[in-house]
Amino acid sequence: MLSGEAGGGLQTLEQIMLRAFKLSGYHVFSYSEFMSRIRGGNNSTQIRVSGKSTASCLRRIDIFVPFNAGAMERFKDRITHETVILGDRSYIDRQYLEEGYPIVEVPVAELARGVGGQVYTNILVLGILCGLLGVEMSLLDELVRQFFAKSGDESMNRNVDAAKKGYETGSHLLKSGQVLLVTKKSETVKHELLMNGIDAIGMGGLAGGCTFVSSYPMSPSTGVLVFFARKAQEFGIVVEQAEDEISAMNMALGSWYAGGRALVTTSGGGYALMVEGLSLAGCTETPLVIHLGQRPGPATGLPTRTEQADLEHALYSGHGEFPRMILAPGTIEQGFALTLHAFNMADKYQVPVFILTDQCFLESNYTLGNLEIPDQLNERFIIETDAEYKRYTITENGVSPRGIPGFGNGLVCADSDEHDEAGYITEDSYMRTSMVEKRLRKLVAIEKDSIPPTLTGNKNYRHIVVGWGSTFHVVKEALSVLNRRDVSFLHFSQVYPLHPKAQEFIRRAEKRIIIENNATSQFARLIKQQTGIEFEGKILKYDGMPFMLEDVAEKLDSLL
Amino acid sequence: MGTVFDFDHSVDVAWCPGCGNFHILASLKAALEELEIAPSSIVFVSGIGQAAKTPQYLKASFFNGLHGRSLPVASAIKITNPELTVIAESGDGCMYGEGGNHFLHAIRRNPDITVIVHNNMVYGLTKGQASPTSMRGFVTPVQIGGVCMEPFNPLTLAISQNASFVARAYAGDEVRTKDILKKAIMHKGFALVDIFQPCVSFNRTNTYQWYKDHTYPIDDTHDPSDRIAAFSLAVRTDRFALGVFYLGPGIPTFFECQAAYKTDPRPLYKHTVSREKIESLINAKRA
Repeated sequence: MLSGEAGGGLQTLEQIMLRAFKLSGYHVFSYSEFMSRIRGGNNSTQIRVSGKSTASCLRRIDIFVPFNAGAMERFKDRITHETVILGDRSYIDRQYLEEGYPIVEVPVAELARGVGGQVYTNILVLGILCGLLGVEMSLLDELVRQFFAKSGDESMNRNVDAAKKGYETGSHLLKSGQVLLVTKKSETVKHELLMNGIDAIGMGGLAGGCTFVSSYPMSPSTGVLVFFARKAQEFGIVVEQAEDEISAMNMALGSWYAGGRALVTTSGGGYALMVEGLSLAGCTETPLVIHLGQRPGPATGLPTRTEQADLEHALYSGHGEFPRMILAPGTIEQGFALTLHAFNMADKYQVPVFILTDQCFLESNYTLGNLEIPDQLNERFIIETDAEYKRYTITENGVSPRGIPGFGNGLVCADSDEHDEAGYITEDSYMRTSMVEKRLRKLVAIEKDSIPPTLTGNKNYRHIVVGWGSTFHVVKEALSVLNRRDVSFLHFSQVYPLHPKAQEFIRRAEKRIIIENNATSQFARLIKQQTGIEFEGKILKYDGMPFMLEDVAEKLDSLL
Repeated sequence: MGTVFDFDHSVDVAWCPGCGNFHILASLKAALEELEIAPSSIVFVSGIGQAAKTPQYLKASFFNGLHGRSLPVASAIKITNPELTVIAESGDGCMYGEGGNHFLHAIRRNPDITVIVHNNMVYGLTKGQASPTSMRGFVTPVQIGGVCMEPFNPLTLAISQNASFVARAYAGDEVRTKDILKKAIMHKGFALVDIFQPCVSFNRTNTYQWYKDHTYPIDDTHDPSDRIAAFSLAVRTDRFALGVFYLGPGIPTFFECQAAYKTDPRPLYKHTVSREKIESLINAKRA
């Protein structure tokens, strides 16, 4: 656990360290939590280093590195006598020094001054930890040089010096036996991927043929906007920071109408502004992909933290009645596959498709084997129009062939007013009824195209734990820690509409437990509304932090 | 005389007899016909209101969206397929009230679109309330003591923000309106045409006669590249000039700023995904 002030370089340290560890044969996972400020306060980064793949947060801290005085304050209940506190004496709270906690004093402040100043503390600590874990110095040297390649020679050289100095210190600690780390290495992980949820959504979007992104910055969704901005030229994507989310949403709809494949990326409050446009997507039957990165509300809430409390916001937002689809990836693999899928589903059914993530999902990094690229990337559903073309032709499954202006001789008339088949305003009650029914028929087709939940564990389970979205890894690991063969885990990566067979899995369990990162179990409420099934046990968390492995294991143990 | 933009069937028009919108529609059809633009390559984008119904009454593609939101939609359509002629058309309430923020930022963004605003200084469809351009003292069922706010001046605002084309027309003068619309549509960049439009049902102040008495054509000596002169013309409220006020010189368009079209200049619907590029992006995460 690395803990320090905002602006202290923790993110830089995290980025380089994860790569150094992975390339040295360790599986890594990291989760950062930070305050909504640019300087000061206290931010922390948890890094798990392991011989096998892990991707959930731990309450336990094996090594704690404070970066400034006061950095330990928020971790009092997580630092135990098993925690090694490594760092500068002046950064370690007195109680730990006095009460015999295992402490490895390293004069970090003095060493940093020696290489040029306090600003090098992060790279110095990087060196120490790399030394402790037996990373090759040549690899560390290369990674530091790469990272600071654009910062000028002096900055790069000083950072390399800091890394070396730290590395010597770390190696010495290891050789002298002051710190002993027992972690297996794996040869295969060196060739694996190291990425986070932002990368997954971004790459999934590119693979799904995204050509247009319009958004307004808002944590934690901004990373996705930045991802696309950096790829705009290479992949031919129009990326626009709109004046507000209302504009962003309407731009996305304009782009789809004209043949683009557009994405908006936002969070709860920004999405609230987009809701008017969601209804417009519903009436004009314009496809749309919305990445909704959740954070705790209401209103501004906890801007930089995590929660799963916008499921109902996504589900019930928008005036009037129209179909939609909500996906909630739990793994990086799903983040990639489902974002790609979202573009195809939106285009196929001409409906809004949500990708519901959260800060924990987006900003957790870990190693994984591979991302499977399907044979068919972006499926195209637009047609070339002729002079007789009607945008809203009534069909059996409700989906009208979609033309775009400028491709064919037809006129493409899209209307937010109720309209006839050609797209012109009508108030005829027969036409109104036909259009409502046509739009709603699409939901039946979407339901058939739904993604079933995934079952982890024994097929002949007695009890079931149900979760969705970002809780996948932590629940899976908690159940494996508990080693209960009678309990299985059902994870939903599509939360609406529910797959028709989903309820069978839940119904036949003796005890049903729901786990959600919110206060009112919104998904349990949705399941009850759709199936009548109630949950006997609920594990809920709404302090702005993701679930930790031990919390889940203990709560499951007490409920089962 | 019919144009290629007329329907071959009768259309049930929702405007009052004598409405200024009929003149604007006629000028618009004539302008497009004279410019020889094919109906299938034009997209109208409108919001909500009586003016926003205009695209329903001529043969062209349209996206009739939400109140106030036509400019983001129009900007995105144009940037998604630069080969289309895109015209955003709505009323003063839609463009300057509900859509005020989009108006400001569309000027800054400078998409290559024409923005036609039917400015009748009143809300028609909601039956007679004040609009952003209603004059001080204008009495309505809501502003019962008369409007007590400064009227929104779209021209001074657009000129102050260095908009690339700023013009005003009067619906009653179909020929001049047609000529201004032609210039606006041919202009590369954001082109604002504010059109004074008499509302015969809800605005008994700003009538056909009132507009005749209070407007005059900009004379030939005006240099539209002179921003200060344009601004001076636009701030006048005793009498209102008609014509092209301002042409912002050399302002980059939204299209010209796009990295997206540097590698592939075709419209976005012709862009395809390269599996190799995706694979190499993924593989970069192994290093």
